[in-house]
Amino acid sequence: MPEFQRFSYDVLVIGAGGAGLRAAIEAAATGARVGVICKSLLGKAHTVMAEGGIAAALANVDDRDSWRVHFADTMRGGQYLNDWRMAELHAREAPECVRELEAWGALFDRTPDGRILQRNFGGHRYPRLAHVGDRTGLEMIRTLQDHGIHQGMEVHMECTVLSLLMDDGRVAGACGYDRERGRFQLWQAKAVVLATGGIGRAYKITSNSWEYTGDGLALAYRVGAELQDMEFVQFHPTGMVWPISVRGILVTEGVRGEGGVLRNSDGRRFMFDEIPDNYKEQTADTEEEGWRYTQGDKNARRPPELLTRDHVARCINREVKAGRGSPHGGVFLDISWIKDRLPKAADHIKRKLPSMYHQFRQLADLDITREPMEVGPTTHYMMGGIRVNGDSQMSSVPGLFAAGEVAAGLHGSNRLGGNSLSDLLVFGRRAGRYAAEFAKNNSTATIDEPELQSTATAALAPFERGPSAENPYKVQHDLQEIMQSLVGIVRVESEMRQALEEIDRLRARAERAGIGGNREYNNGWHTAIDIHNMIVVSEAITRAAIFRKESRGAQFREDFPDKDAEWGKFNIVIRRGASDEMLVEKRALAPPPDELTAVIREMK
Amino acid sequence: MGKPATFRIWRGGPDGGGFQQYSTSVEEGMVVLDAIHHVQAEQAPDLAVRWNCKAGKCGSCSAEINGMPRLMCMTRLNELDLDAPVTVEPMHTFPVLRDLVTDVSWNFRAKKTIKRFHPRLPDAPDGTWRIQQADVDRVQEFRKCIECFLCQDVCHVLREHHKHDEFIGPRLLVYAAALEMHPLDTEDRVSDLRHRHNIGYCNITTCCRQVCPESITITENAIIPLKERVVDRYFDPIKSLFHIL
Ligand SMILES: Cc1cc2nc3c(=O)[nH]c(=O)nc-3n(C[C@H](O)[C@H](O)[C@H](O)COP(=O)(O)OP(=O)(O)OC[C@H]3O[C@@H](n4cnc5c(N)ncnc54)[C@H](O)[C@@H]3O)c2cc1C
Ligand code: SF4
Ligand code: SF4
Ligand code: FES
Repeated sequence: MPEFQRFSYDVLVIGAGGAGLRAAIEAAATGARVGVICKSLLGKAHTVMAEGGIAAALANVDDRDSWRVHFADTMRGGQYLNDWRMAELHAREAPECVRELEAWGALFDRTPDGRILQRNFGGHRYPRLAHVGDRTGLEMIRTLQDHGIHQGMEVHMECTVLSLLMDDGRVAGACGYDRERGRFQLWQAKAVVLATGGIGRAYKITSNSWEYTGDGLALAYRVGAELQDMEFVQFHPTGMVWPISVRGILVTEGVRGEGGVLRNSDGRRFMFDEIPDNYKEQTADTEEEGWRYTQGDKNARRPPELLTRDHVARCINREVKAGRGSPHGGVFLDISWIKDRLPKAADHIKRKLPSMYHQFRQLADLDITREPMEVGPTTHYMMGGIRVNGDSQMSSVPGLFAAGEVAAGLHGSNRLGGNSLSDLLVFGRRAGRYAAEFAKNNSTATIDEPELQSTATAALAPFERGPSAENPYKVQHDLQEIMQSLVGIVRVESEMRQALEEIDRLRARAERAGIGGNREYNNGWHTAIDIHNMIVVSEAITRAAIFRKESRGAQFREDFPDKDAEWGKFNIVIRRGASDEMLVEKRALAPPPDELTAVIREMK
Repeated sequence: MGKPATFRIWRGGPDGGGFQQYSTSVEEGMVVLDAIHHVQAEQAPDLAVRWNCKAGKCGSCSAEINGMPRLMCMTRLNELDLDAPVTVEPMHTFPVLRDLVTDVSWNFRAKKTIKRFHPRLPDAPDGTWRIQQADVDRVQEFRKCIECFLCQDVCHVLREHHKHDEFIGPRLLVYAAALEMHPLDTEDRVSDLRHRHNIGYCNITTCCRQVCPESITITENAIIPLKERVVDRYFDPIKSLFHIL
């Protein structure tokens, strides 16, 4: 029988990105014993890659900003499928959370009078993103990491959770293995916070790292938690398209915020060609007005390049399909043109977008201060996730909390840039607080030993099947191809039905996946385990996408190209049925209180 | 498509190992990490390698490529001579766990020994600070560090003399500099730098600065100013007198 190393905590946090670290810090501050688990080394989670900034209505740059405007922007961006309570709390608490980071040592770029500088981003009415050049995520994760290590939490680096353990309907902890040596571990806990991030690895072209295999979603789903809004996968409009080996790597929206423009092969700024009705009033009529906006003119309206991501991604897709794309199947994103407007433009670009400059220089032999970049859509972010209570972040499973990208609700059908980093802080903090409270009010649960053993046996099965069985990398690769081509930016029912059949076949293949070698840091073994999670998530995305018969936010259905007011009243919820089948259902949205409805109406 | 290239990849564990040769086809624009992933997917599924961002932002994929400490995701194959085999091996300064993966946990433990950030009281009644951009710019360079530990890998104090228990290495000297020069910080780390972290072991060979993928001027901007603070405190007769009083 496989041996388990055993640990016991009040609160177990799974994930050490922004959400997990913020939750752990908060829980530890209450005196709870806190354990943190992450698949990579500390400080390497996805949060480190975030570039543009943290959205918070500090009103340092434009004093017309307030939590109300941020709230209304978030709801508009999400096409009103958002959990209004989360959108409200997020807008109200984000400024305080940003200030807290500063008190822990984060250094943001400054305004002339020495306060935190804020930049423009798509869908935000006023300059709102606190930032550090284009490496805001690094500043944030390092601040949380360096603060956190002195708070008394115990960090288990390079460990992967295999399953959540249950006791009589509530969560009892988690078990998994350490990647270094492949030993099994048990982390008993009174409350568990999932902060495992997203799912981008289910697609071929993505800005996401190997970690993003949807583990948290699959773990929660298996123990009965409800998932929500799974049809809403964000395709970021600007990923690199060339060279092939860097395809998908993100080009921050900050480029457009600083004045970068999108052009097709005719040199036309095609974003002016189609502006959605609900953004007409806020969008510039001329190129001149758009430029003035990016340079801080408060009377100018934003250029159409800064419309929401779903819309920009679709416009790019349209240009490419119509044969007006760039040589490698994208469109042109040009920041170098600002040399016509600004003295010392090259230095300005290098200072504002240092890592973009570096990234293109190094990986594509291209100098962005002189030439346009080639960009195209890339799978970026999961709006959907675990359905949680807006105040406490507890899921439908008692004692199981979720925060950050793995949770649903805040962003509705489309997330605004910058609203993720703030989400991590606001709801990481809340999840940590309420998880610690739950732990205080509940005793230690009992571990289901047979379940523990069967998890270990299942995890070791790929070794039994050996290296000549199905190659796990191949299964993963084929899944990515299918999701990319059949459940991508433009969807249609017949293709998605086909995807479901393919997913069934892939599930069978995943069950036959085998591996050689031994348990120490065996990437092939890890992949053989991860693909099961990716398959659950892919099925959920596909089923939800088929179910929603309209186009809204990130979901575009060619067979139902219009928004349908009736569908605007529901979220789609997914849960596991009694005989392991996936149940999909509509759940009516709770209407916001009158006061918030008035805010939305006022800002429309 | 592509043309063939040969890679000599170090395979093994704590008890030893050696180079194994793999050949795979390479295309325009590929980096070393891509080639490693090809080998992994097609020929050696259990090949151990760390990575996350594939864009030089997370500092996970450090290795020694043809003897040079570098990030695998930022090393383009067209910079290398592909007529000869490309050698890829783990960092030497840290114990090998498996193949290209080393045990870097010492860096995380050593970091904890550096006194944490301690800000001055807020400047404004609403609890916020006023900081000038110029003061931010001064430390921003240090805060770019992605903790790839390549500088630790080349530092002879660690690599050859194994002074891990006494010396914190260039990465953590950069960290200490970021704290010491932070516009809000009030903590004093000078005594620790001298006695506990033995900054004196560094003889400014600048090897660390030369490998830093973030181009942090580790020696001139971080270590030398810290050394000056130590000298001012301990070797300037008047100042050291005051300090003792
Ligand atoms: C290139 C890029 C740029 C971005 N820029 C911005 C931006 O400018 N502004 C913004 O607001 N958002 C941005 N985003 C989005 C944002 O960075 C992410 O949504 C956010 O960082 C997610 O944080 P998280 O804490 O939820 O998860 P992560 O930071 O991804 O952390 C997940 C953690 O869970 C762990 N984990 C996962 N599965 C398991 C398991 N099975 N067992 C144990 N541990 C596990 C991982 O190891 C990791 O530690 C960007 C994203 C990308 C990819
Ligand atoms: S300059 Fe100092 S810290 Fe850097 S490598 Fe040389 S001895 Fe080590
Ligand atoms: S200072 Fe440079 S070389 Fe050293 S860890 Fe940081 S980024 Fe890497
Ligand atoms: S994979 Fe992140 S630095 Fe290379």
